[in-house]
Amino acid sequence: MTRDEITAGLAEILEEVAGVSPDDVAEEKSFTDDLDVDSLSMVEVVVAAEEKFGVKIPDNDVQNLKTVGDAVAYIEAQS
Amino acid sequence: MIALGHYQPSRILTNDDLAQIVDTNDTWIRERVGIVTRRIADTETVADMAAAAADKALANSGLAASDIDLVVVATCSAVDRSPNTACRVAAKLGIDAPGAFDVNTACSGFSYALGTVDHALRAGAARNAIVIGAEKLSDFTDWTDRSTCILFGDAAGAAVVTASGDDEPAGIGPVVWGSVPERSDAVRIEGWRPYIQQEGQSVFRWATTALAPLALKACERAGVAPSEIAAFVPHQANLRIIEGIAKRLDMPQAVIAKDIIESGNTSAASVPLALSKLVERREVPSGAPVLLFGFGGGLTYAGQVVRCP
Repeated sequence: MTRDEITAGLAEILEEVAGVSPDDVAEEKSFTDDLDVDSLSMVEVVVAAEEKFGVKIPDNDVQNLKTVGDAVAYIEAQS
Repeated sequence: MIALGHYQPSRILTNDDLAQIVDTNDTWIRERVGIVTRRIADTETVADMAAAAADKALANSGLAASDIDLVVVATCSAVDRSPNTACRVAAKLGIDAPGAFDVNTACSGFSYALGTVDHALRAGAARNAIVIGAEKLSDFTDWTDRSTCILFGDAAGAAVVTASGDDEPAGIGPVVWGSVPERSDAVRIEGWRPYIQQEGQSVFRWATTALAPLALKACERAGVAPSEIAAFVPHQANLRIIEGIAKRLDMPQAVIAKDIIESGNTSAASVPLALSKLVERREVPSGAPVLLFGFGGGLTYAGQVVRCP
């Protein structure tokens, strides 16, 4: 799966879970500051991402995923 | 289960009130946890609230105090080590010589206590029991911590449960209970002087992913299809957790208890409090199957299907 495909998949999840417009999703965007994803929505995004991409993202790693690009890289490394 | 009752202190604490104490606001609290108000005890103790709820349940049951031979209180916030809350409740209600003990599994306490009472009745150890969830969490709230002090409230809820005859259908289904001991740090009221602390994201994830299959197992054990469940009464921890679990359960007929909005998180009191209010408002028909499910500190969980009084 390419980085663009992972980003597109995350955009779908962000739209469903947190109502984020897919047009706003880009690798440099911060979940909290730019996309207004709160800490509990972030958990929902992570759980959905685990299911969609078949990866494991433990609680301790979630706090390191500041930007969409961080999440894309994390998922890419496991897939 | 033949009757319910509940008690809440009269003092209402709003989100705007909390915004005067810590850096927070109404919109933030509503969006994150769905709470609008909570009740805070003034002079009432855990035992006072437990007895008030039990008194109402007893009045609704038509039984007399002298009929009761077992009192079990679920609580994690009773300050006194001895006597236990159950003995204090029995004394206040004038119940003579009941079996009386407390159960502490934090927020899952009511379903643990109800399961234990059900077993005692089936074993013939008692005929008529009162099971109570009662908490004064305001005693253990850090009013300088905006991540936790917005969550909790004080309350009690009680149920009168009687032994059924051999040819009567069971009113309380088999309890599904368990724990995740390796996650004991996720919710804590530790040390002296203790305050409630929790790993919010971690608990949220566990609650919204691990619990729905366990709740469905309680339906299966009771022989009730999820589509038949008339009401789902989970521990009132956070509106987003309640909605997250409910979505995974897919119970289209079920009324979903959302007392969290007006009462906050009252730990072991939340399930009987929410159930008592649903019954009082006649939102669930008598005899209809209701799924109770508690979860929280320990981590612990317990749930069962009961027939609505």
